[in-house]
Amino acid sequence: MAQSAEVDFSPGKAQLVDLAALKSRFARIDEWVASPDGNSIAAPVKTEEGRFTICVNDQTWPDSFDLLWMLRYTPAGKLMALVQSDFEWTVAVDGKPWENTFEYVWQPRWSRDGEIIAALCKKDNEYGVVIEDKPWENRFKAVRDFALSEDGKRAAVTVQTDSLGEADVPGFFEGVWSLAVDGQLWDKKYINTWSPIFNADGSKVAAQIRTDICEYSISVDGADWTERYGCVWEPIFKGTNGTVIAPIRHGKNWTLAEDGRPIWSGEYNQLWRHSFSPDGSKLAAIVSPEFGRWTIAVDDKPWKRRFKDMVLEPTFSPDSKRVAAPVKSDGRWNIAVDGEVSGQGWDQIWDPVFTPDGAHVLAKAKQDKGFLVVCDGKPVRTNLSLCWDPIVSPDGQHVMLRYVEDEKYVREVVPIEELAR
Amino acid sequence: MKFKKTPESLVKDPGLDETIKNLTPERIVQVVNRVLTKENSARLQAYLDTCVHCGLCADACHTYVSRDKDPLFAPVSKVRQTLWELVRRKGNVDGEFIRNAARIAFTECGVCRRCSMYCPFGIDMAYLLLIVRRICSLLGVVPVYLQDTTNSHSVTSNQMWVQQDEWIDTLQWQEEEAQAELSTVRIPLEKEGADVMYSVIAPEPKILAQLLGNMAIIFKAAGEDWTMPATDGWDNSNMAMYSGDFEIMGRVERLHWETAARLKVKKIIMGECGHAFRGAVYDGPRWLSWQYPPIPMIHAIEYYYDLISSGRIKIKQKYQEHVTIQDPCNTVRGRGLGDKLRYIVDALCEKFTDVDPKQEHNYCCAAGGGVINCGPPWKRSRMLSNRVKAEQLGKTGADVIITPCHNCHSGIEDIIGFYNLGMHVKFINEILVECMEKPEESEG
Ligand code: SF4
Ligand code: SF4
Repeated sequence: MAQSAEVDFSPGKAQLVDLAALKSRFARIDEWVASPDGNSIAAPVKTEEGRFTICVNDQTWPDSFDLLWMLRYTPAGKLMALVQSDFEWTVAVDGKPWENTFEYVWQPRWSRDGEIIAALCKKDNEYGVVIEDKPWENRFKAVRDFALSEDGKRAAVTVQTDSLGEADVPGFFEGVWSLAVDGQLWDKKYINTWSPIFNADGSKVAAQIRTDICEYSISVDGADWTERYGCVWEPIFKGTNGTVIAPIRHGKNWTLAEDGRPIWSGEYNQLWRHSFSPDGSKLAAIVSPEFGRWTIAVDDKPWKRRFKDMVLEPTFSPDSKRVAAPVKSDGRWNIAVDGEVSGQGWDQIWDPVFTPDGAHVLAKAKQDKGFLVVCDGKPVRTNLSLCWDPIVSPDGQHVMLRYVEDEKYVREVVPIEELAR
Repeated sequence: MKFKKTPESLVKDPGLDETIKNLTPERIVQVVNRVLTKENSARLQAYLDTCVHCGLCADACHTYVSRDKDPLFAPVSKVRQTLWELVRRKGNVDGEFIRNAARIAFTECGVCRRCSMYCPFGIDMAYLLLIVRRICSLLGVVPVYLQDTTNSHSVTSNQMWVQQDEWIDTLQWQEEEAQAELSTVRIPLEKEGADVMYSVIAPEPKILAQLLGNMAIIFKAAGEDWTMPATDGWDNSNMAMYSGDFEIMGRVERLHWETAARLKVKKIIMGECGHAFRGAVYDGPRWLSWQYPPIPMIHAIEYYYDLISSGRIKIKQKYQEHVTIQDPCNTVRGRGLGDKLRYIVDALCEKFTDVDPKQEHNYCCAAGGGVINCGPPWKRSRMLSNRVKAEQLGKTGADVIITPCHNCHSGIEDIIGFYNLGMHVKFINEILVECMEKPEESEG
């Protein structure tokens, strides 16, 4: 959470907004979002027939729109939405719509710090990217997978390079998909390209490619790995040296390869969503070591504990020592930490949030119709009508909880010892 | 062995006719061996060893029965002409052989599995013909329209090249349309933590958008906490499963499940489609290493049954037309939802005449299994392959056929036209919305 350094973590509980009072003011209130500093809550509201705006705490934006959706706070606390006026769409940030308008705009993304906002856009039936109200000059016949560099300055998107007639299968297999980075096409075309990703400084882009009916590989800035595989999944960059690591399928099994060479010796039924620890020393992935059983492998060593239903992307603690992931067995979601599960299990669970020293793990969860906050497997707030991810102070001493209880929006800062007791 | 010339073998399809020109004997042997020895072995061998060629399965197959019991269309004959020869000759066949094998496996078998119910050994002929499809797919010999559908899945994850903006725009437009009927209706997009993600197949946004609006009304009346994704992963259909491109099949299914996991829903409710249920619940998860779907998947038939039987939705007035049913293979034979389907139809309709044979014994619509996706070149053949369906439906005397599956719906519409049945097809969704009590009415 980028801005937590500036957030006030003085302990205390405050009811900031009475949501019940707002109900009578608007014909329709859509989903609420809470700001990363915890001080605001906002939702799209309908003011009159066919007019929508945003209500932040109890104030509405001055402008209203024909349609409005996808309201989100960025980590920098900017409040953005996709808005339509007179059949034209654009992005509105903190109440102000961008000057450029489009036939459509969607899939908003932001830089790591949340200062820069970008989206996919369509104009004159052609597709492109717009970053901070500046659309790419080049547009394309179709776009699909979209990535923004960490600093938000560069964008990469999979694009269709040539038109195809109806059911033009030979044309498709000649390859009409490529990557556009900052609007410039790679000079290669593929049958398919998927999931572009930038390296940390935004200087390189890697993506999955398909070169024949059943031939897959990875390309980095248009230079393809020489090896071909039965399938691949999303690549990631490794730390600073810029090598690329991706899951590859050999025969019926999956493993990880770096720049085309296998680096894990484990052969898995499935392997995806790998990520590095913050210090770059460890690599964790979701794996299925046996059919129908899932777990996390850290540096090619799967946890002993297996889960039958599903395992989601691993999160490392900020000190790189621990790994946690949402796991589900027999219909119950939990957070597993280093292979151990302590909670009773819930209907739904969100991503784990570590304290900086990795000593404690928090998560938002849901049981039946009520949300809750879980700390080290124990529910610490329950029966909430809404709730957002807990935010830990940079010194790890306090946790900010944001939730709705009895129709009041509550911001509460609690010492971690109190929650972890 | 020479293939006998039939009118079907003269049908022109560049996906078969042109692609076989690029095949070399080495390539065919390599692909056949890969599929027979590396991708399949024990189950395939067991079936090949067990079949005694008794032909008891023949009368189960709609193509055989509809074509005056022409032995060429018996299940065992379809396998004999294709897979057995490939095994016997270890892949040493020519392009013409592959062309004919593709024609049989893709257009003359709907992988409906009716025949395996009548085999004393339970041999799954559909599985064997899917192996033939897999071989053809790796060789690039696939009916052109079916391959185009798979290509769409590979690019967009949906089966009809629906653009991302088109999808979202359609949902927003359908929300407005539905509000004309019920002013408080919403289609909540990207609502993380909703109980339900609703997923559909691409023909809904593309050509049958009112089904989405109808569903929004049904969810509203049921008080459901639901959402739809504004990203790829909303389409639960999977024609790659039927073209034999299992890698693309797996990719599509993975995105569908990961989208539900991203939205943190408890379950997926899916619209009225049969093959999509099979792909999302059985074939897709297994290819990806899930024993069962990672998040429960509820078919529309099960959902409507729950709504009506629990009283969450009340029927205001029954549908007056005389109706019958098409039992979709993948949800009725495959999942046993036939009783629930009949419960719904009894609750909704004044006059219902059942089909004969029915439930798991029902005949396939001959459109499923990817057959209708083989497109216009094969339509006539598909019609000739299902005269028995026209006779079966005609005997009911009904005016409306309820078809809770998109493939059945389109396929039976074609049969009605070809055989001049003078009937109509409807989804349950359409009748339910017409007959149920809507919240504002009950409040008013
Ligand atoms: S169409 Fe159905 S009954 Fe006929 S061979 Fe294929 S699976 Fe068997
Ligand atoms: S599949 Fe079964 S019923 Fe059909 S011919 Fe073989 S043994 Fe007989």
